[in-house]
Amino acid sequence: MRIAVDLNRCQGYAQCAFLAPEIFAMHGEEALLYDPDADEAQRAKLAQAVAACPVQAILVDAVDVPAEAVSGAR
Amino acid sequence: MPWTYRPRRCPVLGDGSLERLKREGRIVVVGASLAGLRAAETLRAEGFAGSLTMIGDEPHEPYDRPPLSKQVLLGRAGADRTALPRLRSVDATWRLGVPATGLEMAARLVRLADGDEVPYDRLLIATGVRARPWPRAAEAELDGVLVLRGRDDGAALARRLAAGPKRVLVIGAGFTGSEIASACRERGLPVTVAERGAAPLVGALGGVVGAVAARMQREHGVDLRCGVMVTALEGDASGRVRAAHLSDGSTVETDVVIVSLGATRNTEWLAGSGLGAGPRGIACDAGCRAFDIRGIVTDDIYAAGDVARCPHPLFGYQFLSLEHWGNAVSQARIAAHNMISESTERIPHMEVPAFWSSQFGVNIKSVGVPSLGTEITISQGALDSHRFIGVYGYQGRVIGAVAFDHARWLPFYQELIETTAPFPPAFPTVDRRSDGQRPVDADFPDPSVPTHGPTVTVGGYAPADRRMTFTPAH
Ligand SMILES: Cc1cc2nc3c(=O)[nH]c(=O)nc-3n(C[C@H](O)[C@H](O)[C@H](O)COP(=O)(O)OP(=O)(O)OC[C@H]3O[C@@H](n4cnc5c(N)ncnc54)[C@H](O)[C@@H]3O)c2cc1C
Ligand code: SF4
Repeated sequence: MRIAVDLNRCQGYAQCAFLAPEIFAMHGEEALLYDPDADEAQRAKLAQAVAACPVQAILVDAVDVPAEAVSGAR
Repeated sequence: MPWTYRPRRCPVLGDGSLERLKREGRIVVVGASLAGLRAAETLRAEGFAGSLTMIGDEPHEPYDRPPLSKQVLLGRAGADRTALPRLRSVDATWRLGVPATGLEMAARLVRLADGDEVPYDRLLIATGVRARPWPRAAEAELDGVLVLRGRDDGAALARRLAAGPKRVLVIGAGFTGSEIASACRERGLPVTVAERGAAPLVGALGGVVGAVAARMQREHGVDLRCGVMVTALEGDASGRVRAAHLSDGSTVETDVVIVSLGATRNTEWLAGSGLGAGPRGIACDAGCRAFDIRGIVTDDIYAAGDVARCPHPLFGYQFLSLEHWGNAVSQARIAAHNMISESTERIPHMEVPAFWSSQFGVNIKSVGVPSLGTEITISQGALDSHRFIGVYGYQGRVIGAVAFDHARWLPFYQELIETTAPFPPAFPTVDRRSDGQRPVDADFPDPSVPTHGPTVTVGGYAPADRRMTFTPAH
């Protein structure tokens, strides 16, 4: 599962780090580190984190990636 | 998608050509990265049903760059695992691993390096920037001399750091260089940073904040050398870098050198096309429509992201190019919306610039354009504590703000910038310590002295700028 966090929006509330500590971690007082390609086993926790983020900063795949996107074919 | 346009039904459809474009037109996006992908998603979200071609010179599908200098160098994520999430399906033809080499504006087609020609009705250019290489070609080719811009660079650098080099040398202490130094220290690697300016981050944030960045580096064990230039890199018999020579006569023994001297805009492929594209980027209007070299706005060519250069109403309509993630996302959406909208339905790009970085465990965020400021006041916290807000003033108004571990306050300052609030700001409600009351010179370097380069380039005519002369051709 691909993840990108819009860190301009992120306010460091650490909700995500409580709900899905395997994916999100605070680094120092308020900087956020995250695993940009989380394990499938974390799907439920990730969904919770996405829903709980007060500023909707966590972006995740809404669709399965189409095959041609990875193949590089015409 | 947290941020979507709700296109209104257009009452007047003119000659119906727009409806036809949306139904069966051809849109080509050159530059298949952050801006390109977000534009493609917006096009489909807004009902574009025609053919969409994504052209990218990298063989990889769109990926996120910010983690490359953070998670990836810390060994917490693989460089090949930062592919961007798909916020919706885009149904496009992807031509990856093949650069665009030319643009034929009259014939409306893009030429590719493999000889193909791709016709378009609307073109989006999102080719971004690339890392400026070490200027001496033979030295740049030494084994162990790297830059960091793309996924392959990130993978190569992560491998070098994992191998435990004796010492890493970072040339240039802008955001990327400083983040690399931070990651090295966190991994326990000896690192030297050589910066031509007086302090790290001076180009973007000025000398007052730069001094804090310098202290942070030194406290974390970085061997920081400011006011010096690397004059030469030296290799051993097998072509591996072994030392760097500095302008102060000193030598640094090193086996990994990362050149972080800022970026060059990817516009060479547009040379001779007649588009208003050059080393400062692609000039466009507030709606991301590109200008041609005659200063006439095109209606079928758009630009977004790091490569674009747009006038901004909050900054005197000066042309700004921003190397900021959020800017690429918002310009991409605006360009995509505008290219399939009637002129009255188009929207301007007016977002306040915003940027983040994290280094040495400190969250650094900025809003507005600090580098336009001349004065600074510390409105909250204290410089000594590495926890503060610096507010930048320009001609009596608030023009930018930077937060070190104080990010939650930034929306407040953003509003001051948006409302062109007076500088120094007068607000009784927030904590004010003694070192913050009085504005001081923000201490930006003379712009004619190159440093690693700021992440905001102010270019183009400013009304106060009297250095120009008009020389008509005839
Ligand atoms: C290491 C690193 C860390 C960063 N950290 C932050 C951060 O913390 N905060 C922040 O706000 N921003 C950060 N940024 C900046 C952010 O990543 C960029 O602003 C963003 O990637 C811009 O997106 P873009 O799509 O405009 O350009 P790019 O991401 O540069 O994409 C342009 C694409 O076009 C391709 N291309 C170029 N020429 C051609 C051609 N002729 N034909 C076809 N394809 C072409 C390029 O190879 C590239 O894939 C960071 C950047 C880097 C490199
Ligand atoms: S929950 Fe949202 S705002 Fe809070 S740290 Fe996570 S991403 Fe940031």
